[in-house]
Amino acid sequence: MKLPIYMDYHATTPVDPRVLEAMLPYFTEKFGNAASRNHHFGWVAEEAVENARKQVADLVGANAKEIIFTSGATESNNLAIKGVAEMYREKGNHVITCVIEHKAVIDTCKKLEKQGARVTYLPVQKDGRISLDDLRAAITDKTILITIMTANNEIGVLQPVAEIGAIAKEKGILFHTDAVQAAGKVPFDVNQSKADLVSMSAHKMYGPKGVGALYVRRRNPRVLLSEQISGGGHERGMRSGTLNVTGIVGMGKAAAIAKAEMAAEGERLRRLRDRLNEKFHQNLDEIYVNGSMEHRLPHSLNISFAYVEGESLLMGISDVAVSSGSACTSASLEPSYVLKALGAGDDLAHSSIRFGLGRWTTEAEVDYVVEKLTSVVRRLREMSPLYEMVKEGVDLSKMQWVTH
Amino acid sequence: MAYSDKVVDHYENPRNVGSLAKDDANVGTGLVGAPECGDVMKLQVKINPDTGVIDDAKFKTFGCGSAIASSSLATEWLKGKTVDQALAIKNTDIVAELALPPVKIHCSVLAEDAIKAAIADYRKKQGLDKDTRPADMHAQPSA
Repeated sequence: MKLPIYMDYHATTPVDPRVLEAMLPYFTEKFGNAASRNHHFGWVAEEAVENARKQVADLVGANAKEIIFTSGATESNNLAIKGVAEMYREKGNHVITCVIEHKAVIDTCKKLEKQGARVTYLPVQKDGRISLDDLRAAITDKTILITIMTANNEIGVLQPVAEIGAIAKEKGILFHTDAVQAAGKVPFDVNQSKADLVSMSAHKMYGPKGVGALYVRRRNPRVLLSEQISGGGHERGMRSGTLNVTGIVGMGKAAAIAKAEMAAEGERLRRLRDRLNEKFHQNLDEIYVNGSMEHRLPHSLNISFAYVEGESLLMGISDVAVSSGSACTSASLEPSYVLKALGAGDDLAHSSIRFGLGRWTTEAEVDYVVEKLTSVVRRLREMSPLYEMVKEGVDLSKMQWVTH
Repeated sequence: MAYSDKVVDHYENPRNVGSLAKDDANVGTGLVGAPECGDVMKLQVKINPDTGVIDDAKFKTFGCGSAIASSSLATEWLKGKTVDQALAIKNTDIVAELALPPVKIHCSVLAEDAIKAAIADYRKKQGLDKDTRPADMHAQPSA
């Protein structure tokens, strides 16, 4: 087993060697501009892009013509939300999203608010999922867009996208979903989910960084977007800029591999993830899984180790790469807004660790991480005044703390 | 974030972790910070009432590596000091010794608060003076 162990696959994934192999010729001998319509070099590049477009479309049950390539999912989210808000301005100015969306969605919505739009941020329930009743209640005759993520990047919880899509369709409202964490990991179909716009990223599915895609529905309804990057009219005029041919080829190959291997790989990761979770629960008391265990990505686990602060935990496991929702890992000193939204209390947000398993995670690595983390949690609890107080029978929630 | 060698050393080999008998009249306990802020420090001193010298100091901290290091360092510095010398310890001394970055300065502030709270608790127990701490300097069970 090689150290350090990477268990942060929600943040990014390594490029699969098969993906890299597919990309390499397009850096050198097949370097053409896909928009060069009048010579061989351009045709070769265009053919590669169209092949990749088909591969990405196949992953989500779309038509190739409905895939727009972008620089990544942040751009896809911006294009979808701002593009709809501008294009459908006459129809309405109300957008519905939720409080645990990725910042690329939340901050885009905040920008729209500054420009006069109205945005509803739906709360989530304790399991991390929105309530469909809340969604129905939030809809007005001015609502033009519902944007709810397929799977959350911090807690891995899956939203009821098919139900959300059905409600949106029934009300004649466009539905965008940020599927960055879900695409290529769990079955996702644009027609089953009735999504009109879907954001995807290559580097979350073993493709390269700097390339993403946006699915834009062409029929029932035909979705129009106001372009956010103007220029040569690439990508059906929705996203100008010379295509990143190597990146796009990589994303296509990554999508094809993800589709072919999804069933077996998802099952393998689910077993490993459950092993990780069960072993932690065997070893330690007072640990809490954040978010629904039932509606969750198979490779994802987020646990709060009560009475131990997340950054100090990470410090004790320097040969394991995971993430924490603790404030101290961010410059803002605020704990994760996602975990706070679950209502578990800021103290548990400070104690949280996100585990993201992936294509190269092994059972030996899972066992190593459990052993290592268990011993650090035990050591830190020995020096935790909170753990001591709880063991003495003090109710921490009844304490008046001295805050700064 | 990269930690200084001294922070890492205190984190890996914390000095004086533990608890003193909090009901002992010669023991002062300070409990500062809050779980929802991600930092809670308990710092205790055992003071010789005849000499006014701190014989022993212990801590327990819930917090990041810098918070653990700040309180560990504080206990190390407290031992052998008189109460007045202890009260002269400033958070900036801790920042300098541990080379804390700006985002971690609050850890050193908390350690200074913990020292002051522990000594105030001792003085109150001894009837040496009134509890002059501001009312919000010490965590306590609410009524």
